[in-house]
Order: sequence, then structure tokens, then C-alpha cells
Amino acid sequence: MAEAVFRVVQAGPLVSVQDGGRPGMMRFGVPASGGMDRKALALANLALGRPEGSPVIEVSLGGLTLECLSGRVSLAVTGGAFLVETGVVGAGVVGAGGRKTGSWQVLTIEAGERLVIRRGHWGAWAYLAFAGTLQAPRWLGSAATLASSNLGGGVLKAGQDWVVAAAEVVPPRDLPRPVSARPRHSLHVVMGPQAHCFAPEALEAFAAGPWVLTPQGDRMGVRLKGPALALGDALSIPSEPIVRGSVQVAGDGVPVVLLADHQTTGGYPKIATVLDDDLDAFAQLRPGDGVAFTPISAEEAAALGRFRAERWAEYKARMRERMGEAVG
Amino acid sequence: MTAPRFTPVADHALLVEFARALDDAAHAAVLRLDAALTAAPCPGIREWVPAFVNLLVEFDPAVTDHATVEAQVTGLLDQAAAPDHTPVTHEVGVCYEAPFARDLAAVAEKTGLSQDAVIAAHLAGDYRVYLYGFAPGYAYMAGVPPELRLDRKTAPVRGIAAGSVIVAGAQCLITTLTMPTGWWILGRSPVKVLTGDEDRPFLFGVGDRVRFRRLSLAEFEAENGASHG
Repeated sequence: MAEAVFRVVQAGPLVSVQDGGRPGMMRFGVPASGGMDRKALALANLALGRPEGSPVIEVSLGGLTLECLSGRVSLAVTGGAFLVETGVVGAGVVGAGGRKTGSWQVLTIEAGERLVIRRGHWGAWAYLAFAGTLQAPRWLGSAATLASSNLGGGVLKAGQDWVVAAAEVVPPRDLPRPVSARPRHSLHVVMGPQAHCFAPEALEAFAAGPWVLTPQGDRMGVRLKGPALALGDALSIPSEPIVRGSVQVAGDGVPVVLLADHQTTGGYPKIATVLDDDLDAFAQLRPGDGVAFTPISAEEAAALGRFRAERWAEYKARMRERMGEAVG
Repeated sequence: MTAPRFTPVADHALLVEFARALDDAAHAAVLRLDAALTAAPCPGIREWVPAFVNLLVEFDPAVTDHATVEAQVTGLLDQAAAPDHTPVTHEVGVCYEAPFARDLAAVAEKTGLSQDAVIAAHLAGDYRVYLYGFAPGYAYMAGVPPELRLDRKTAPVRGIAAGSVIVAGAQCLITTLTMPTGWWILGRSPVKVLTGDEDRPFLFGVGDRVRFRRLSLAEFEAENGASHG
């Protein structure tokens, strides 16, 4: 079987292997992890005809440079609007004759060439999938990296070599970028489950905003800046389960939106919970970006969640069909 | 047991609360519901997570919704499902020697006990695993004797090594990762709660009991070497 070998030349912080995640393990203190933008991760795999939850490399704003040491393989880059350069190793990032493009592309790289993925005009995470099998360590059935522990496929570091087995080459092409992949500044929330821990003014202040993402963010969650959210007398509750999207408020009155590698339980009250479908595009916001919360009822949330889930399933089905046309 | 309170969580989860403060009867109700869900999972449920006094049910919004899950959970409350795990007692070694017991002196000072009395009190505790929470393999045990119960530190300390045996209030746990903690660090255990065994990746079951056994530095090194294979 053909294989391609890559050396990590440069990797920013939080560049890691991710896949469809390991749901179902919260009862052991293990969050699902997986892509911060799960949809972009799935579309990178589907663009190459791979199962949607296959292991990929999640690239942070810190960027990634890989050098292909041997072999030849096609790859897809999705996610935020990152810059993608390929070319032979030479002067500068890539040598003369290098190709400069952007994300939402399928292209091919071979021995002696470099692949550079770096931040572009918008977006916080890019996904690099291979037309082959990225050989990555698994933990509890998944290669998703839990960044705080390095369990799973792992964080990428300069000097490492990574192997893509069963490497294939497919024609280059542009990928359609769904409108829903743009960073989302307006999120639907259901208030609670600890709305009762907050004064009515705090609930109003949360809905009114304005909120801005702070630089204090990682795969576990992101702190927001905005009006102080005064807690009532209940400063802490018995530790209870947390979901991706919980908006937790600690004693300092500052909300944190919990994300892919969130702690599984917490003792601080949650003022609201973001609809799951909104979280992928939310993760593509950068520090300094504004965000607003729109409270809706649980019934409205359930209807919207179902509508969005159906639409996403249809979109993926269309991608699979196109894939059949592209390589079949 | 009074009827639980149901609270919707976004579009895809339901919180089932049996109490809002720590309560043994509420925890027992959580474990009964956990067993009942294991015996008869409702359609569309992806995962459910038992905690101290509540249980979170996470579902696929394309398949079911809060009201349907609430009705199904209510129907399970009266069912007496046998727990799927028979509690066992684990004997766990702890080394309380200087390199690992960074807070022993502070705990002695705060409790007014000698360092040896702090160790003896910790060893005398009868610990029970209530849940896993926070991070992989973090098994929350209750059973710290009253004379050792301290509030958390005012600020967490960074970079505390995996295997640290830490206490706060009535709770004790053995860390599995290098992480910040505001709990008090009494010693280090060579036991691996993340076992590395794919068939049984986590050492403890909820409801298990733990007895601690004191290890000398040499015994710790020997057991630590053995547990690293």
C-alpha cells in the first residue's frame, strides 16, 4: 500500500489530531472532544470520500507547516478562511513555483514539497484531511485529542513524523463552502438550567449584552467580556454534568462558554446553554469578535434543533453524491 | 422520594434533579435511574451522566425532545432495576513522604493536628466513589473524616502531578493528569485510575469503596515501577 510521510516543520499551539470524538464517556469524566467546528471536520473528510469522523489535523490560528518526506497524497482543507500554500522546499515559506490558495480546496502534495496553512481573513480553526488513513494513536476508541491531557492522537510538535497509510491521489477541485460555515455572531440559547441562581437583572443583562470574546479561550472554553452577571445567594451547586455549550458563571460574574474539551462536571451555575448546532460556527469567532445571545423557549429550541439537524443531514447527503460524481 | 424536577438544557438535554443540595437519598435515586436507563434506554438518547443529586440525559434532537424524554424518564422512576455493578473495595497505596505531600504541613497547621495525625486520619477514612467528574478518571470519593475537612484553597495551584491524592471538604480523589487544583495535596499514589486496559479503562466503579494504605518512598517506587509495566 502506498503511504505518505510528513514531518512537522512548525505547529502553532493547539494544533492536534481530531476526529468524530468519543461521545458516551462523560460518566467517566471524559468529554467528547472532536473538532471545535465539527461540520468543517466532517466536510473535509467527505470531500475525499472518507467516513465523516475520520482522523484529521485541526489547525489553530498558530498555523501549521508540514513537509512531505515521501510518497504522494491528496488532501482537503476546510474550516475558516485560512491561507494554503504548497510548493518545493526553497527560499521563503515555499519555493518558486509554489501554489497559493485558500481553504475549501482539494489538492495534492508529494515528496519534497511543503504544505503551509496559516490564518487568513476570518475563522479560528482549519481542518486538514488526507485521502488515506492518518496513523494516529487512539484512546477509548477515538483519535480525538483531549488537549489538556494529550490523550488520543496528540498535539502536533515540530520534528514529529506522521504517516498517511493507503494514500491516494484524486483530482484537485474547489469545495463548496456552506453559508452556515461562516462565523456566527448570534447564538440561540435556552436559559438555565440554573437561571434561578441569578437575579432577574442578571438574566436581562445576559440577553442584552454586548459580549466580546476574550483571548482567554482554548479547546475547553472561551471567556466573554461584557456586563457583570451578579449571582444570587447560591454561589455554588453540587457538581453536576456540563454539556458543550453550557454558559457557566463563576464567582467573578464572568461567563465562560464551554466547548469541545470541557470539564464534564462543574459546581458553578449555568445561566444558559447554547444550541448545539450554533457551536461550530461560534468556534470560528476570534478574540475581539462580538457575540449576542437570543433566548428561546425549550420547545422552540427543540424545533430549531430538529430543523437544523435535518438540513445538515441533507447537506452531507448532497456532498456524498457530489463526491461520487467527482471521483466515481 | 419526591418527584424530580426536570429542566431543559438547550435543544438536546434534560436535567433530572432529585435535590439541589447534597443528599444521600437523592444520590441513591440517581443511581436507581441510571440502572433503569441502562436496562431500558429510551429511543434517541445518546448518553446519560449520573452526578451527586442529578442526572443529565443527552439526546438526539432529530429523534426526540424534552417532553418525550421527560415522560419516559418519569415512567422509569418507579421501576426497581438492579444496579449493573456490584460494589467492590479497593486497597490503594499512598506515599505521604516529603516529595509528594506538599500540603501536609499546611493541613496540619490548619487542622491543629500533627502531621502523623493528619496521615492517620486520612488512612482511617472510609471512602466511597460517588461519580467521575471534571476530567478523565477523576473519581470523586466522599469519606474524609470530619477533623480533616478543609475548604478549598483561595486560588488553584498549577502543575500538580498525576497520581496526587488530594482532599477538600469531605471529598478525596486521585488525580490522573497534571492539572491545576485548589484542593490540598496529601500524598501520591502509584495506582493508575486510567488503567490503559481497553476492556476496563477505569479502575473504580461508582459505589466502590476505597481504603488507603501507607507506602514508604521505597514501596512507592517499587509499586510505581510495577504499575508502569
